[in-house]
Amino acid sequence: MAYSKKLLDHYENPRNIGSLDKNDDGVGTGLVGAPACGDVMKLQIKVGEDGIIEDAKFKTFGCGSAIASSSLITEWVKGKSIDDAAEIKNSEIAQHLALPPVKIHCSVLAEDAIKAAVSDYKVKQGAGEKKIKAAE
Amino acid sequence: MGKNTNKGGNGAAKPRWNKNSPLYLDYQATTPTDPRVVEAMAPYWTEKFGNPHSRNHHFGWEAEEAVAKARAQVASLIGANAKEVIFTSGATESNNLALKGVGLFYKEKKNHIITCLTEHKCVLDTCRHLEQDGFEVTYLPVRKNGLIDLRDLQAAFTESTSLVSIMGVNNEIGVIQPLKEIGALCRQRKIFFHTDCAQAIGKIPLDVEDMNIDLMSISGHKTYGPMGIGALYVRRRPRVRLVAMINGGGQERGMRSGTLPSPLCVGLGAACAIAEKEMGAETERLRLLRDRFYEAITRRLTEVYLNGDLEHRIPGNLNFSFAFVEGEGLMMGVKELAVSSGSACTSASLEPSYVLRALGVDVELAHTSLRIGFGRFTSMEDVDFAVERIAGEVERLREMSPLWEMAQEGIDLKSIEWADH
Repeated sequence: MAYSKKLLDHYENPRNIGSLDKNDDGVGTGLVGAPACGDVMKLQIKVGEDGIIEDAKFKTFGCGSAIASSSLITEWVKGKSIDDAAEIKNSEIAQHLALPPVKIHCSVLAEDAIKAAVSDYKVKQGAGEKKIKAAE
Repeated sequence: MGKNTNKGGNGAAKPRWNKNSPLYLDYQATTPTDPRVVEAMAPYWTEKFGNPHSRNHHFGWEAEEAVAKARAQVASLIGANAKEVIFTSGATESNNLALKGVGLFYKEKKNHIITCLTEHKCVLDTCRHLEQDGFEVTYLPVRKNGLIDLRDLQAAFTESTSLVSIMGVNNEIGVIQPLKEIGALCRQRKIFFHTDCAQAIGKIPLDVEDMNIDLMSISGHKTYGPMGIGALYVRRRPRVRLVAMINGGGQERGMRSGTLPSPLCVGLGAACAIAEKEMGAETERLRLLRDRFYEAITRRLTEVYLNGDLEHRIPGNLNFSFAFVEGEGLMMGVKELAVSSGSACTSASLEPSYVLRALGVDVELAHTSLRIGFGRFTSMEDVDFAVERIAGEVERLREMSPLWEMAQEGIDLKSIEWADH
């Protein structure tokens, strides 16, 4: 199975590996997949007050396609609003990296990861607002 | 750097490989044909092209003589008589012929077969088909080290057991089953003992008399012979009878019709003759390489687990789980090496290796496995190069693994509710 140059580049030189402080209210964390299934993705976003994603980091346990998909999505979400980021479709990732059919699920996982991160961020913000209201 | 240097580890001439191709460490998948074997075969493609079954001219006699010599070479390696060796297209066909052939011949009186969960797919799949045809099959479990428990075997025997089929050496984890003990138990009960020795032949001493083996499957390309040829040993005393799968001109004592491919037969014979002569020294040399690899990798990395027994194992195989690093991702990273993985992502199915699962290896760890196969043309510097590359890549991938990070933080991964997907 031959992989595309873009995929190999993301696998060999992954962008934005690392972790953000998951306890920071401005950080949303998505952890998807399962070790028993052979892939786990952790995707984190740091969101500014304007709702724009300032930074994104990932860590992935999985095959080369899973690593490349998560690396790519961290590049794409930076500078996007959280709502736009949550709109990214797995098919766009699959197309960009030319994923073979058996690897489509890796792009699905990346889509799930960003959605989970955005949702985590929103939950935290909701909780934060409640806290402020309670204080008032 | 150890990438495909031109001299083999034992000083033997190496097959001519492209110097840009990866370092071959997948000797359980196939072995390169030994140049001496290729040389022995060469004339039988060209000037000695005769049909070994042609009885009335020089070309036929010449080919027949070569096939007879090859048959004797195969027989000699396993302590058999040449008349007991049937040439086939490979171990898959041999296994099919042994299981179906013996099974069907004795079906009226006995319809029970015993095998084991970690057998090669061609044995397991054949057994599934036999089950559909009304046979009963017992699949013995294996212990954590990959070996069957002889007490399980004894407990599985019934009055209607016709055949026991247990492999000599496992293709994924290289463990050696106790053939002699199994053979003795089967002989006591007058049950035929078949063993798939595709991975064992030329790697461990085999003697059909001493081990009470009644049928043995042999493969050419797993022992530095050509692809497309194998053999089935079928005992004559006490006689094992079987139903032929391929009908035709009655070649191979009627058990396997079809014109014999004399160049391939010569190749298998030559490979067996070389193995008989060199097996002892080769085993010692590979053990040194294996020990060097094992010590270096476990010294460098933590959380590395060997799958299968180390002692009852051929020295040309190591199978490790590198926890927190997925196997296919790892293989992609060590692209200078040709190795294989038991990870689900490398197979058509989504399940990780059934062999590792049968050992009781956690499914999580099965996904992180890597099989490293050493052989005749692997050198010490190849081993050092492979250790360096694998360890380096495991370290790199662990740095990007969320599971490694969680484990370092002391989080029990089993305590997390993972979503299925």
